[in-house]
Amino acid sequence: MRAPENQSGFNYVSSQALVEIRDVNFAYDRRPILKGINMTLPKGKVIAIMGGSGCGKTTLFRLIGGALKPTRGHVKMDGKIIHELGRQGLYDMRRKMGVLFQFGALFTDMSVYDNVAFQMREHTDLPEEIIHDLVMMKLHAVGLHGTQKLMPFELSGGMARRVALARTVALDPQLILYDEPFTGLDPISLTVVGNLIRRLNDALGATSVIVTHDVQESLKIVDYIYFIADGVIAAEGTPEQIQASDMPFVRQFVHGEMDGPVPFHYPGGNYKQDLGVRA
Amino acid sequence: MPIVRSLRVIGKRAVNGVWRLGNATRFFMLTLLYSGISFRRFQLVIKEMFYSGVMSLIIIIVAGMFVGMVLGLQGYETLKRYGSESALGTLVALSLVRELGPVLAALLFASRAGSAMTAEIGLMKATEQIAAMDMMAVNPISRLIAPRFWASVISMPLLAALFTVTGVFGGYVVGVVVIGVDEGSFWSQMQSAVDFQHDVMNGVIKSFVFGVAVTVIALYEGFDAPPTAEGVSGATTRTVVQSSLAILLLDFILTAFMFRGD
Repeated sequence: MRAPENQSGFNYVSSQALVEIRDVNFAYDRRPILKGINMTLPKGKVIAIMGGSGCGKTTLFRLIGGALKPTRGHVKMDGKIIHELGRQGLYDMRRKMGVLFQFGALFTDMSVYDNVAFQMREHTDLPEEIIHDLVMMKLHAVGLHGTQKLMPFELSGGMARRVALARTVALDPQLILYDEPFTGLDPISLTVVGNLIRRLNDALGATSVIVTHDVQESLKIVDYIYFIADGVIAAEGTPEQIQASDMPFVRQFVHGEMDGPVPFHYPGGNYKQDLGVRA
Repeated sequence: MPIVRSLRVIGKRAVNGVWRLGNATRFFMLTLLYSGISFRRFQLVIKEMFYSGVMSLIIIIVAGMFVGMVLGLQGYETLKRYGSESALGTLVALSLVRELGPVLAALLFASRAGSAMTAEIGLMKATEQIAAMDMMAVNPISRLIAPRFWASVISMPLLAALFTVTGVFGGYVVGVVVIGVDEGSFWSQMQSAVDFQHDVMNGVIKSFVFGVAVTVIALYEGFDAPPTAEGVSGATTRTVVQSSLAILLLDFILTAFMFRGD
């Protein structure tokens, strides 16, 4: 595992990079969120971005998807700098991406079938018979063949997440972004979704980026992990390196320790003084 | 200093109001700009017409009927004093065609369909459905907003016409069937007094303008709503209040231009 000051790119694989993140800085108003982030996301790999709440990982996720513009640096995909693309260019780039939102974000006025078929109908001229076969194949791939007539409100949380996964990979994207895909799932659904992420990525030859808190599930399925803290990459490495790490921050996060480099207490001033206790 | 504080609050609200008006205008322009898909795939508009137009039919028909019946009663009581009961048909028809039809239908439409549109779009935003669509390289304004806009703009004059027709029928029931006004004079005076170009077309123009105003307000409020339960609730309330005020204001302006010197 490399120390954060050595971050400059990947050296754990020789495969070609699909996404390159170089010196990315981002601030909301004047509050810095990300400071000099460098990452390389190679083709065919599953990469996890982890960190505590508010550390900037979702911001990084949105920067990769082109929903935000960095204040300095750039995110490059397929050789194109994402924030320099116009609206049409960005949409062309997004057709190569699939995004799974935290709670699926299924269209509630459409059936499972129409949700999965949505992008096919919007972006292709495929006849309805072919779309039907593709939808069935995608639903079968996530183990939900037979649910095509159900509406989203009839699905459990885990099923909704799997339908959303089928919709995400509907057009076989090169890059798949997952925003907290394990949140709120029971242990069985969690394992199912985790395995699906890995299997679909390998079947499609895509690159997957998972933004998550779930260390244990992620360690089972990902190739590489980045830890973000205070807007910088605090640690990175393969799952084996992360598990063996003796860095206090990584140990606290991986083992879920209550106190450590990430303090339990909010820096809220003098407690005794607030209670009116005289020193 | 309370005065300074009050001025600051008023100034902030004014700036915020102008800012929102500008954003709503930009939103309206974008809706027109990205309307192509609504005409290429007209079934999207037809689907929305079902939700905004067809689902509003009951309230429009019932309200139109009762307004016409009340007009029949009140009009008869007033006209009787001057011995002009036979002009009841004219009074009912002109009141409905020029004013009550477009205005009341638009107010009901804002309450029924406008609030529903705001809540739907607001909830879609809160549950990241709009963000998901955008990330799928599908323009939400083109796919979600424009079909709803055109569906409502087409539905509104039709609903106003239906309101007027049922209102006239309600006036007929009360005036002719119940009170006993002469049926021939009821219809013939109405026919000779109502001018298609001057009265009917102006009523249609009014309802079209109200439809645009209500729909833009409803869709903008939904699209701009904070993604929380409270945010969507506030946006829905604002839609009804702002739409109602906009309808009344626009009605005055349009009436001043259309019927001055009559």
